Amino acid sequence: MTDTTNSGPMLAADGRPLKQSLARALRRQKIRALMLIAPLLIFIMLTFIIPIGNMLFRSVENDIVGNTLPGTVEALEDWDAQSAETLDDVVFQNLFIDLFKAAEAKEHTKLGTRLNYEQTGISSLFRTTGRNLDDIGEPYQDWLEDTDERFKDGAFWYEMMSGSGGEAILEERRDLWAALVGEGMAGDIGFTLSGEVAELLPWTAKAYSDWAIYTAIADEDVVAEEDPWEAVYGALGIDLRNADTVAAIAGYSGPGADALRAAVANIGAMPTTTFRDAFAAEDEDWLKTENWQTIKIYSPNYTMGYFLNSIDMEKGLDGAQARPENQQIYVKLFLRTLKMSVIITLSCILLGYPVAWILANLPARSANVLMILVLLPFWTSLLVRTSAWKVLLQQQGVINDLLVWLGFVDDANRLILMNNSTGTIIAMTHILLPFMILPLYSVMKTIPPSYLRAAKSLGATNWTAFWRVYFPQSVPGIGAGSILVFILAIGYYITPEIVGGTDGVFISNRIAYHISSSLNWGLAAALGTILLSVVLILYWLYDKIVGIDNVKLGG
Amino acid sequence: MSNLIVQNRRPELATFTAPLSGLFGAMFGFVVGNVFGNPWQGALAGVIFGAALAVVLHMAPISRRNGRLGTIAICLIAGLVIGGVGGAVGGAIIGAVLSWFVYWLDSGDYRAGSPIYATSLQVLWDNTFLLICGLIFFFLVAPLVPVMWLSFNAEDFFTFTPEMLSFDPEGYSLKHYRSFFGTEGNPLLGLILGFGAGVALAVVLRVMSGPREVLGWVAPIISLTLIGLVVGKLWGVGGAEWMTPLKNSLIIAPIATVLSVSFGTLAAIGLSQSHVPGRRAIMAILISPMIVPLIISATGMFFFYAPLGNWLEATFGLNQSFVGFVKVILAHAALGIPFVIITVTATLVGFDRSLTRAAANMGADPVTTFFRVQMPLILPGVISGGLFAFITSFDEVVVVLFVGSAQQQTLPWQMFTGLREQISPTILAAATILVTISILLLATVEMLRRRSERLRGMSPS
Repeated sequence: MTDTTNSGPMLAADGRPLKQSLARALRRQKIRALMLIAPLLIFIMLTFIIPIGNMLFRSVENDIVGNTLPGTVEALEDWDAQSAETLDDVVFQNLFIDLFKAAEAKEHTKLGTRLNYEQTGISSLFRTTGRNLDDIGEPYQDWLEDTDERFKDGAFWYEMMSGSGGEAILEERRDLWAALVGEGMAGDIGFTLSGEVAELLPWTAKAYSDWAIYTAIADEDVVAEEDPWEAVYGALGIDLRNADTVAAIAGYSGPGADALRAAVANIGAMPTTTFRDAFAAEDEDWLKTENWQTIKIYSPNYTMGYFLNSIDMEKGLDGAQARPENQQIYVKLFLRTLKMSVIITLSCILLGYPVAWILANLPARSANVLMILVLLPFWTSLLVRTSAWKVLLQQQGVINDLLVWLGFVDDANRLILMNNSTGTIIAMTHILLPFMILPLYSVMKTIPPSYLRAAKSLGATNWTAFWRVYFPQSVPGIGAGSILVFILAIGYYITPEIVGGTDGVFISNRIAYHISSSLNWGLAAALGTILLSVVLILYWLYDKIVGIDNVKLGG
Repeated sequence: MSNLIVQNRRPELATFTAPLSGLFGAMFGFVVGNVFGNPWQGALAGVIFGAALAVVLHMAPISRRNGRLGTIAICLIAGLVIGGVGGAVGGAIIGAVLSWFVYWLDSGDYRAGSPIYATSLQVLWDNTFLLICGLIFFFLVAPLVPVMWLSFNAEDFFTFTPEMLSFDPEGYSLKHYRSFFGTEGNPLLGLILGFGAGVALAVVLRVMSGPREVLGWVAPIISLTLIGLVVGKLWGVGGAEWMTPLKNSLIIAPIATVLSVSFGTLAAIGLSQSHVPGRRAIMAILISPMIVPLIISATGMFFFYAPLGNWLEATFGLNQSFVGFVKVILAHAALGIPFVIITVTATLVGFDRSLTRAAANMGADPVTTFFRVQMPLILPGVISGGLFAFITSFDEVVVVLFVGSAQQQTLPWQMFTGLREQISPTILAAATILVTISILLLATVEMLRRRSERLRGMSPS
């Protein structure tokens, strides 16, 4: 008998090919599972993964120099930092314009603080100069106002600079402002730059635009009614130093042309001090090559500088170089963190193994009671356990009191158990011990006790039976527990902070210090990134060895 | 069939029990002698006392109970004479341990833990091993004892005073508890209102769902009365040193827990389906908040949440304190999620899928199946995951330190600053209360675990 349907594909009840129908069902099942997971995944992404990514980004981000001193950075590009050649006056002219603007917005101290991480002394340099920048612009203002009364008048300036065609420059300055203050400087300025003036007096156009944007948007004043900053007078002075500009003014006929011509006519009375000398008069340190080298080295928007700092190196002129001996702390701190985490892990194995063994081999009833003794500290607040150790370990603490009372320790020579690495190791071993016992226990529970008896009945001594038969089977438990304890130990903050003193602190304490005290966030982010990568490698290993779905809590 | 009865032989007195008891007594004697500056004389006295005790207890025709009580009484009196009340307590302890040791040796009980064929050396090792394990258990639990003891200190010290050690009532007081609880709030009113609400709820439940067992009556009344007590105590508290942080903790932790439990349970159910693409990777991401060091999570959140908070304030005109709470709650919810995922997926492993198919077979739609069939069975896992999430948030200090502001100061935060700056022993009272709470939570989780195993048809272990 031949059945024709046999040759075609097998069909499901609704007439579709069975294979297709099954695939569709599978696809629907997958989509349903993903729909259930999606809300949580999105939640974790938003509240956890993105913040961490943001931190990683901060460890290389370095746009503060470029944002605060955009013109100066550009002018420095041609400067050969290696040869320490004398800086062109253009650099100082740009510095004047940039720094004046930054000082008005009170952003210059942030840059000073940032650069001070790399070169001590820069912070005060920026701070003192930022206060006195008016002094550099004022001679130009006096000269211009002596030349022509109208330069005193804000409305005259407005008339001279206004026009059309300079919108591109105005918007460019607006973007620079936004980058500097970190928020959009959006809004109506009530001023449009004249393209003709911008071409004639490029410096003045920039400085005036800066002033106009700040006046209109940050101060919320009317541009036409306010008198410009000293920086604008200084900028006009810079423009007038250019012979081409002076020549072009003769042919200029826009608003204020006569005032400009008067200034050109009186050019002999213009202050002759260079901007370099003016800055040097404020602070000698502006002539120091090292400071300028630092500015130049840290001018790119992204830097490896923080990472180099976190391994005790710094960016020099010819690449990375080691920091001076007395400033090297991070490598030592990383090594100490690793060493102490290893010691803590080993102590946990040493103490956890017998306990896990006895829990796994006792009858269920008594094992359950003992399990509670393991779980109780596990459930107790971390701070309670830390305070318990503080009470026990301090010099006037319970352990020392007991030892003195028993006469084992002289009252004058009480043991120093706290505020050093001993304290951290003791307290953290206690705190992390349950994390070793629980995985060990769950592995040992699966080892049949008959194996040991079999080994012994075959003539093995107790030790051989344990070492050759039992121990190898418990190694996965040791691995799981060790990685877990090590991961937790390496990033600990609270306990070392309280019982660690100065010798017993971890890298995490340094990270916290940089976040909350020294405010060197970039360095904190870089240290955190290094720590995170160590932990993630271990996490990956843990996943390979144990599988994350096999993590158990509380037995 | 005949039972094999193992009869432990009573060991020799002269060559075993007496010398070992003497050695044990010598150790106590050495320690006690050391207190009075004469360790070796003490040790000698200890040897004599231990050996004599072994002989007497071995020979004398008295019951074990009376023998032990007698030894304790003698040592207690000796301690009282030498060192007052504290000495009496110490003496009683020494007497109890020493007499137990002598009987343990003398009756042959010391071999009980080892197989009958074990050599003496093996027995020695087995008992040493037990001793080591005992010491480790001691190390695990004992540190908590001084904290609880010292929380009743009458002085403002972190150390024991002589009055405390001599059990003088003068040395003890509840003042740290008083300063922990303060005088703010209105616990009594809350208690009464809570009780009223509890009774009302119980009656409503009775009307709605018919007769119930006693638990159905008592549970709503007790829980609402307790909630009323806590709420009444904390209502409107502002600026109190400990109650305000406690209030903040009790605002933050439950909301964070609800968030992590609801997202986490859904995701765990999704993850336990048979075909999930990229299951391992998703799991790795969801568990990561538990693995990534807190300081790094805190750093990341600090950078990210500060501008987020500013943005929320600026865009929606929310007040600063509210936004602060939102930030901390979101951060804590993220930290609690791994615990929910782990416990709920573990419970789902034992879930019998044919039950949902059976429900569907009988015409239940997926939502009904979930709430009437699946949820009751996995509820113990969900609750214990929730408890883990709760304790994670309730105990968390690093993230809240970085993300929160002074208005969100939580109880652990207050303890942390107190410990760092050593302000007052009120911390110890707070710690004792937290230990009590964690004991209660632990008991709940244990109960739930057993119930879950019973429901899933495993034998409770």
